[in-house]
Amino acid sequence: MDTATRLDLYRMMVLIRTFEEAILREYHADKKPVFDIGAGAIPGEMHLSAGQEPVAAGVCAHLTSADAVTATHRPHHFAIAHGVDLHRMTAEIFGRVDGLGKGRGGHMHLFDPDVHFSCSGIIAEGYPPALGQAMAFQRRGTDSVAVAVTGEGAANQGAFHESLNLAALWQLPVVFVVEDNEWGISVPRSASTCVTSNADRAAGYGIPGLRVEDNSVEGVHRAAAEAVARARTGEGPSLLEVHTLRLWGHFEGDPQGYRHDLDGVPGRDPLPTYEQELRGDGVLDEATVKSVAAEAADRVEDAIAFARRSPAPDPKAAFDLVFA
Amino acid sequence: MSLTDASAPTTTRRLSTSKAMVEAVAAEMDRDQDVFVMGEDVGAYGGIFSSTTGLLDRFGPQRVVDTPISETAFIGAAIGAAVEGMRPIAELMFADFFGVCMDQIYNHMAKIHYESGGNVRVPMVLTTAVGGGYSDGAQHSQCLWGTFAHLPGMKVVVPSSPADAKGLMTSAIRDDNPVVYMFHKGIMGLPWMAKNPRSVGPVPEEDYEVPIGKAAIARPGTDVTIATLSLSVHHALDVADELADNDIDCEVVDLRSLVPLDTDTILESVGRTGRLLVVDEDYRSFGVSGEIIARVAERDPGMLSAPPMRVAVPDVPIPYARGLEDAVLPTADRIRSAVFGVMGR
Repeated sequence: MDTATRLDLYRMMVLIRTFEEAILREYHADKKPVFDIGAGAIPGEMHLSAGQEPVAAGVCAHLTSADAVTATHRPHHFAIAHGVDLHRMTAEIFGRVDGLGKGRGGHMHLFDPDVHFSCSGIIAEGYPPALGQAMAFQRRGTDSVAVAVTGEGAANQGAFHESLNLAALWQLPVVFVVEDNEWGISVPRSASTCVTSNADRAAGYGIPGLRVEDNSVEGVHRAAAEAVARARTGEGPSLLEVHTLRLWGHFEGDPQGYRHDLDGVPGRDPLPTYEQELRGDGVLDEATVKSVAAEAADRVEDAIAFARRSPAPDPKAAFDLVFA
Repeated sequence: MSLTDASAPTTTRRLSTSKAMVEAVAAEMDRDQDVFVMGEDVGAYGGIFSSTTGLLDRFGPQRVVDTPISETAFIGAAIGAAVEGMRPIAELMFADFFGVCMDQIYNHMAKIHYESGGNVRVPMVLTTAVGGGYSDGAQHSQCLWGTFAHLPGMKVVVPSSPADAKGLMTSAIRDDNPVVYMFHKGIMGLPWMAKNPRSVGPVPEEDYEVPIGKAAIARPGTDVTIATLSLSVHHALDVADELADNDIDCEVVDLRSLVPLDTDTILESVGRTGRLLVVDEDYRSFGVSGEIIARVAERDPGMLSAPPMRVAVPDVPIPYARGLEDAVLPTADRIRSAVFGVMGR
């Protein structure tokens, strides 16, 4: 892999991690000393994606703003990697008028039509709309593709299987991505799923199934290249599962008492791992690490400042926009 | 052209409701390449209740798409296509089947526009067959429109006549919002099901819209307002004709849309008659009949010179055996008794 691509992947992972760390800070800042999920500048459930950066960075490197992504309740990494407007996304997380949804959506409901991005808080239910986006692309003769993301827990939902069948049947330009972070909230994959790899399930629908085992961004990048190219050239859908890592809780405030693997987690963090690898290969030096971090921090803090400056919505606006 | 009341059609050409509905879909498919139809058995079969008859021959399998029995997948696909600016018409064969796909309908189709701050539109039509009266049992006979109307973000239209079926379909396809188009099997004019003569009627040949959210006075009257919808409009009109001989002059309000609900027309009618009977083939509790009475009471309970009444499906599943089913549906007999009741006779 060329140096420029490796650096781009690294930059994207750093940007995502920097964003998630900033949201973590802002989210908890005014929920002390007693955690109240509904309190503070960022209220509500907060599902952060630290540890899962390789999936978004590796997949979205192959996409343009003409491609669609449907993400999950844990959407920030894919939103950022797919080029969702960072300012308006952050303002939405803060529930402000300049947010993507003008404060009506929240962090699980981010919609940026400029880059065909959406997400859904309902497990597996982001798959079906991706089929329709792919249909529209196909019918209009474009080579755009739709990437549908979900977690390993969702692979046991009907929507998942209905979608794989329909996409395979109609040879739709879709890439199905499964982020296997091993945990459906507190239920381990071993207690939820009858196969060791959801990629094996692709065979049941006659489509290629790939699994990236090591949460490496370059592994994801290589596998996604194949899947995206297939979709783009009319060869139909593929399923790509990545064995990734949920570095933090299911949502903020999750005590993770069930999490027997926590001791080993820091060593599995993909970001320092990749940084070490790039340093070892002479791609990264200390100065570049610092400049990448500084650039990411600038962008993220600028977005947070934008969100904080944006006014809260007029309560009366709650009654608007039910219909077009 | 816009039809705002039931007397507007001046044509003498008569069509069944199903043919009128298909005519509207075909005209919009001709006019707009982004309109396409998908669902179970919408192709060669033409829709189990003839809602898509002939469309496959005319437009081909790319635009009239038979789907697998995967309502979540194909209704979700319709949503995604609509988000990208197409205008899909997706058919849920029976409204009773919503249990397998409601998440796409109420959490996605109906909420995306709002959640996106108005930045994403979902211009699609979800057609679905409703209603009983032919012994199809508890899972194939429900109306359930109150459930859809309860959940915000989707318009709900419920035609009763061929002319409205065409005009409401045209409006639904052209609307930039998701519209749930609920057609009663008993109004379609199907040759294989007992039908009211009103299921065939005059339908203008040209394109026209029936505005969504505008009720019609199906029959003007002075003594009692019967607010109703769909097949029950037919029954209410039959009863009204019959009771004219008993010197009871019924006004029949055909709601045509549940979302938005034309509260003004209901209130004006009740203001004239002072009496209200709601006839609804959906379940009685927590539904359309209670909602309409509540809207009148909220405005001015003094408008009512007698307590309002309702004829709806009592809160039991729709039974199979003919006599049992007739006992729960809003039949002409039950409507007649209720009119006498609200008139104090």
